[in-house]
Amino acid sequence: METNAVRVRNLRKVYGNRTVVDDVSFDIERGETFAILGPNGAGKSTVVEILEGYRRRSGGEATVLGIDPGDGGLDWKARIGIVLQTTAATGPVTVREQLREFAGFSPNPRDVDEVIAAIGLEDQAKTRVSKLSGGQQRRVDVAMGIIGRPELLFLDEPTTGFDPHARREFWDLIRSLKAEGTTILLTTHYLDEAAQLADRVAVIANGRVRATGPVDGFGGEHARVPVVKWVEDGVHRHQRAEDPFEFATALAARLGGAPAELEIVRPSLEDIYLALVAEEAEHDAELAAAVVMGAAR
Amino acid sequence: MTAIAQQTGSTTRSLSRRNLFAVGAQRIRFELLQYFRSGDTLFFTFLFPIFMLGLFSIAFGTDGDVVLAPGLPPVSMAELYLPGMLAAGLLLSGFQNLAIDIAIERSDGLLKRYGGTPLSPISYFIGKIGLVALTGVMQATLLLAFAALALGVRLPTEPEAWMTFAWVFVLGITASALLGVALSALPRTGKSATAVVVPIALALQFVSGVYLMFAQLPEWLQNVAALFPLKWMAQGMRAAFLPDGFAALEQNGEWNLAGVAIALAVWLVVGLVLSRLTFRWIRRDA
Repeated sequence: METNAVRVRNLRKVYGNRTVVDDVSFDIERGETFAILGPNGAGKSTVVEILEGYRRRSGGEATVLGIDPGDGGLDWKARIGIVLQTTAATGPVTVREQLREFAGFSPNPRDVDEVIAAIGLEDQAKTRVSKLSGGQQRRVDVAMGIIGRPELLFLDEPTTGFDPHARREFWDLIRSLKAEGTTILLTTHYLDEAAQLADRVAVIANGRVRATGPVDGFGGEHARVPVVKWVEDGVHRHQRAEDPFEFATALAARLGGAPAELEIVRPSLEDIYLALVAEEAEHDAELAAAVVMGAAR
Repeated sequence: MTAIAQQTGSTTRSLSRRNLFAVGAQRIRFELLQYFRSGDTLFFTFLFPIFMLGLFSIAFGTDGDVVLAPGLPPVSMAELYLPGMLAAGLLLSGFQNLAIDIAIERSDGLLKRYGGTPLSPISYFIGKIGLVALTGVMQATLLLAFAALALGVRLPTEPEAWMTFAWVFVLGITASALLGVALSALPRTGKSATAVVVPIALALQFVSGVYLMFAQLPEWLQNVAALFPLKWMAQGMRAAFLPDGFAALEQNGEWNLAGVAIALAVWLVVGLVLSRLTFRWIRRDA
């Protein structure tokens, strides 16, 4: 019995001599919202498009709803919903016509007007899709992804280009899908989006998974050790401390008074994320330097 | 945005074969809806042969009926151009329409999106073929009605002539549509689709007896045109609509309907094989 919605093991994708996805492994449980975070060009979309059945993998294993996405048939496609990274142009049709058409492909679609209400486009239902704003067209994309009542929804950078208000509304929509039991695989480069929506997060940089874990406590105990910051003799200093209060007290005793500009900070998801991505860049720079030096020799 | 109502107790039906055709019928409606809302397609593929027939009969028809060769009955310019325009309609509604339409759908990302849904390619093509068949029939009907009512062309009354028209129409438009599907794989972008497809269609119309009298082309050009299907569609239409004596103007002095059938059947198979080999929802990566 396949219990996970998605299972990925040692996934690799190579174009020529360029490895864009390297040894990626993760699982997504049914009903879970899983976010893949990473900078642009990190390989997020490649991973997702392999799982959607659009790209072939170069190595490793992938199972989506119990089926290899490389051989997913129409019955399999009826169980997944896809929101691609780029909004497709549509023909000269209205929002309702476009959604009714897509609903007709699925064996058990959602009600078209309910979905239009869910994306907040009731007033634009009879407007041509091409006449909508970019953000509104993106919502139509999402509507086309969920109209077939998918068990698993892929969202590839769904809110790029949204204003903050539209993003919050979109998050509410995703939460309602999640409450219904939909499994969601989300890629994003917005940390707040991952923190708001995801149960677990994987950070990908340069095609490799840097860390995977629940949003709460992401990066492990060590990454969350608080930092004590202060200014001593005009120099900014910082020190990680398991017990920051004890450290600050000892510091005050040593300096003979409260240190200037004392701060105790617990690293945020963003700090941890940036540290992970920076570590990767550093690692690559070292590697590149080693190669250059090797070549020079 | 509001929450989506939950639905319980829903059963998932499997996508049966019957469903492929039901969705195919739905696709035909959707294709027609989009077709008749696109002003440029409507003019350049649907109304164009009608427009050209009217233009030619006005431009060249002022001197009344013409006698093409001694012993042949006099005919009007409209009567002379009607078969060619019917053949051009087959080329435009099938080949030009689908080659551009599918290339643009691919470049716009619509095909990729269809590829991620339970839409079967079979249903998708039922939609395309249905679109071509229905618009082709409407176009030919309009063309014949326009020729008869506005330009005074006497249409044949013998059933054999209409039988010839019917099979040339069916074979011709099917081959034309399949070749359009095959060619749609060629343009790299939607913008280049028109630039790739229209010159091919236009050149074929000039050498195949649509705009210029086929009998007046040099023989080597006639032989080149005979390699492509439009020449045979036009020849079949001439056999259906021109008086029998006009066969004398054809290559070897005969209508050669067997040749028409064979040439169109061969192109139909070529189109089918090429479409089957080249059609993809997306360009597959390495």
